[in-house]
Order: sequence, then structure tokens, then C-alpha cells
Amino acid sequence: MTAEKTATERARPEPIKAVPVRHPGRWVTVAVLAVLAAMFLHVLLTNDAFQWSFMIDHMFRPPIIDGLVRGTVLMTISAMLIGVALGVVVAVMRLSPNPILRGVAWLYTWFFRAVPRLVLLAVFGNIGILWSRIEFGVPFDTHLGRLFGIDNLELRLFGFDSRDLLTGFMAGLLGLALSEAAYMAEIVRAGIQSVDPGQTEAAGALGMTRGQTLRRVVLPQAMRVIIPPTGNETIAMLKDTSLLMYVPVSMELFFQLDAVGKRTFQIFPMYVAACLWYLLLTSVLLVGQYFLERHYGKGYGRSERARFRLRNVTAESGGAPGGTETAR
Amino acid sequence: MTEATIPAQAAPSAAESGPMVRAENVHKSFGHLEVLRGVDLEVRAGEVCCVLGPSGSGKSTFLRCINHLEKINAGRIWVDGELVGYRERGGKLYELREKEVVAQRRSIGMVFQRFNLFPHMTALENVIEAPLRVRREPAAVARQRGIELLDRVGLASKLNAYPGQLSGGQQQRVAIARALAMQPKVMLFDEPTSALDPELVGEVLDVMKDLARDGMTMIVVTHEIGFAREVGDSLVFMDGGVVVESGPPREVIANPRHERTQAFLAKVL
Repeated sequence: MTAEKTATERARPEPIKAVPVRHPGRWVTVAVLAVLAAMFLHVLLTNDAFQWSFMIDHMFRPPIIDGLVRGTVLMTISAMLIGVALGVVVAVMRLSPNPILRGVAWLYTWFFRAVPRLVLLAVFGNIGILWSRIEFGVPFDTHLGRLFGIDNLELRLFGFDSRDLLTGFMAGLLGLALSEAAYMAEIVRAGIQSVDPGQTEAAGALGMTRGQTLRRVVLPQAMRVIIPPTGNETIAMLKDTSLLMYVPVSMELFFQLDAVGKRTFQIFPMYVAACLWYLLLTSVLLVGQYFLERHYGKGYGRSERARFRLRNVTAESGGAPGGTETAR
Repeated sequence: MTEATIPAQAAPSAAESGPMVRAENVHKSFGHLEVLRGVDLEVRAGEVCCVLGPSGSGKSTFLRCINHLEKINAGRIWVDGELVGYRERGGKLYELREKEVVAQRRSIGMVFQRFNLFPHMTALENVIEAPLRVRREPAAVARQRGIELLDRVGLASKLNAYPGQLSGGQQQRVAIARALAMQPKVMLFDEPTSALDPELVGEVLDVMKDLARDGMTMIVVTHEIGFAREVGDSLVFMDGGVVVESGPPREVIANPRHERTQAFLAKVL
């Protein structure tokens, strides 16, 4: 008691003025990096092979911008939309009590994760070889017809030429989206499994069905775990659209830059242009990812906790508005 | 779960004066571990039944069997005369479909040790979620009732607070309001104060006493001997997966007859 009293009465001592710890290593690192940066800059500015004026002149031409918008950007968005939607479905199937759905989901992720994307795209680009027309109707209709003694029985509702459907953009989209769905399924599954099982129990005890529980309780909480890797997947997808060259999809950024390079025999400058374009695009996505993660971290993140602490402080100093409520 | 492990019995008549909750020879195993080894229990409407016992005695498991969060291996449980989790026809048991199980749970409220509030919803949203989605009440009605319920548990000023911003005691009171919102016939409490700081236990017990006074049928798994003595109409002592002793709380606590009850009470009192 007396010790406390003297402690509060004692004058505040003068602030500490100590010599901070020196970090000579940092200065050495800075010096080394400065030299390396200077060398890099020197190469950029003096090496003629870069052909800067040629590159800048060609990297904004209409076909390239067209390929950028309709190929790279649109393809990234479409493939991710389909991939995420299908991925959620596959993940839910994978966690279903139904063993058949579980098996199908496992088979799906196994196949699409085992085959490299580049190979997958090449296969989808050539899948038109299997069927000249794609038609919807009764399966095995001609075989069934033969069984009943009818020749050439055709029970088909509609169809289209596979050259119209399964080449270029559609084949590429199918390849990228299906493969993405397999990766997203694993991400969503991890997200769902990260949610406290007590949440599912509480929802069940309230009489919510499994579907309601998933939609209203589990998935919103799983989002916090799902969103960051999905951002990474989107960035990876943007870069992987360059693989569309092997479908081939001509209306795409890298294909167009490559074409210009090959036509003009200035390949290297156009590859540098590709680097710059992809750097720019992924940087935009990184900014978007930052804001998205901040949004879904709501109620968990540091900023929220800090704000709450602040509110407590004001409540304590100004008298708690809740009266007798005890705040943690 | 096969039919053969459950002895076929004639279904009892769901008389109005019958017990609200009736358990008969309930067995439950997790793999080779037999957690419940023949539990019998009767709780009348409006009765507060406190379940005591050392940890691992099967109290919580038994509670979770009552609303079919756990499937029992043998025996029968009835809530308000309705067999839980199964339908009995011609001496044969049929598992209920998910929808039917879920419908049964609507009349059985449950409060968990770890609260299990939905962290992404405010207190009010937590309370009105099930009335809106499960009972399909109009939004205005659900909201009004939600506010009344939160007011009843003393949290009228915390409607829009997220669970993370509430103390443990406040969270548990929201959880009680959430269970009450479904207008259950029975409330199950699974060690509702065990995860709370000692100074927050009182506020939750007060809400539960209030509920008991209003005539709610309650089964409370607890370590709060004081609460059992003061509020409980009956006390059940469980150990090793069976009911060792039961009776009026004051009697059992003052003069435990079974040696295991004596040993347990000697340690906690």
C-alpha cells in the first residue's frame, strides 16, 4: 500500500537517451544492392537489343489491346467465375455424406490436378477430332435402335458443329475453368473444414437443414480462409492465360505479342513488353486482393479489434452506456 | 446403426400428462468406447433437471442424444411423446430423414458450453436467423421477438454487437435467447457456465433461473451445485455411463447414498 503510494507520487524520470544498436550489415547490403541496381539500369539503357522505341511503338497496337481485353482479361474473369462456382460444388460433393458424390468429386480433382494445364489445353484444343458434331439427346440411341431392329435411330434434340464450339476461346475456357475448379475445390474444402464444427452443431440444434447451414453459417465463415488463396489463384490464372497459345487462341495478349515479334524479327523486345503487361495486370489484381481480404476479415482482423478496444476505453472514461454490462 | 441392435418395443402412448423427456436404457458407443451404458431418465413438463457427474461420465453425450446430434446405439428417447430420430412401425425402426430430424430439433433448444454463436452475425441476427430461415416468420415479427428476447436476457443495448465484441457471459445469454427464439418445449444446457470467467457465471445463471420460474422444461448439465440445489426440481448423478443416483436435489446433495456420489460431492463441495 505504502509502496504504491510512493510510486505514484514520485516524479517521472527523464526519458532514456541511449545509443541505438548499430546495424553495419544493413549499410553493406544497401551498397551492394545499389551497385547491382546501377548495373541493371545500365543494361536497360545502353543495350540496343531492348529496342525500346520499337517496343513502345508496338505494344499498344489495336490487336494487342484487343487480345489483352478479350483474351487475357475476359478469359481470366470467365474461367475464374466458372472455376469458383464449380469448385464450390465439387468441394461440397467431396464433403457430402453420400459416398457416390464423394467418389465422383475425388475422381474429378484427381484427374484435373494430375494433368498439367498446358497439356490439358492442348488436348481441349484438339478434342474436336473425337466428334465432328456435338449433339444432345438420348444416349446410345443408334445402338438401342439396332437392338430393336431399327436402323439409324436418331433421338437428338439439338447439336452444333464442334468446330464452332470447341475451338479457340471456348476450348481454352473449358480447359482453364475445369482445371481451376479442381484447385478451387481443394481450397473451398479446406475453408469449410476450418470452420469450428460447433457452428454446424449449433445450426443443426436450431433446426437448420444441411443446405441452410452451409449457405448461412459455414460458407460465410469459410470465406476468410478461402479468399486469400483464391486471390492467388486469380493471379495465377491471369498468367496462365498465356498458355492459351497452345490451344491455340489467337485473340490473346501473349499470342499477339509473340506474333508481332516473329513477324518483325524483334522477338526479345516483344517478350519484354509481355513482362511489362503481365506485371501491370497482376499489380492491379494485388491491389484488389488487398481490399477483398480486408473486407472478409471483418470481425476477426486487427483493425476491428483495435477499434473495439478504443470503444471500451471511451466507455470506461465516460461511463458505460450499457449500465451494469461488463465488457471484456 | 442397424435395427437389430435396438430391441423392438411397443411405443408408449404419448399421453398429455406423460413426461416431456423420457429416456429408456440408452446406450451409446464411440467405436469401442462405451460412453452410455443404459441411461434411464424422466423429466416432466416444467421440471428443471440438473445432471451432475465427473467429466467423462457421459452427461454431455446423453444431452446430445436427446436432440439427435448423436445417434444412439440402443434404447429409446422420447420428447413430448415423440420418438427421437426414428419412426416405429410394425415393430421395426426406420431412421428419420434429415428434414424430419431437423423438424424434431425445432422444439428442442440447446445451449452449448462454448456458446457457438455465429461470429459473422450480430447478436440480433444470431437470434432471428432460425426464426427467419426455419420457421419462415415475417422479418418484422422475428425482429420484434428477437429484440424482446435479447431484452429479456438483459442485452437490449447489444443488439448490433458482434459476438467477438461481447464478454463470455453476454455471448452465452445471446445463445440462450437464440435457442428461445425457436419457442422450444425443452431447453438443453450443456455446461453453460463452464467456459466462463467466475465473475460472469452469475449473470448466466440468473437468466436460467428466470427461465425456470417461467415454467420452461430444462435439462441442465452443470457443475454448479448451488444452482442445482436452488433451482433444480430433480438431480441426476451420472458416472460411468449410467445414472448412479437421482432424486430431489437437496436430498441428494445433503445425503448422497451412493459412494460414488459421496466421493464426487466431497470433492466439489
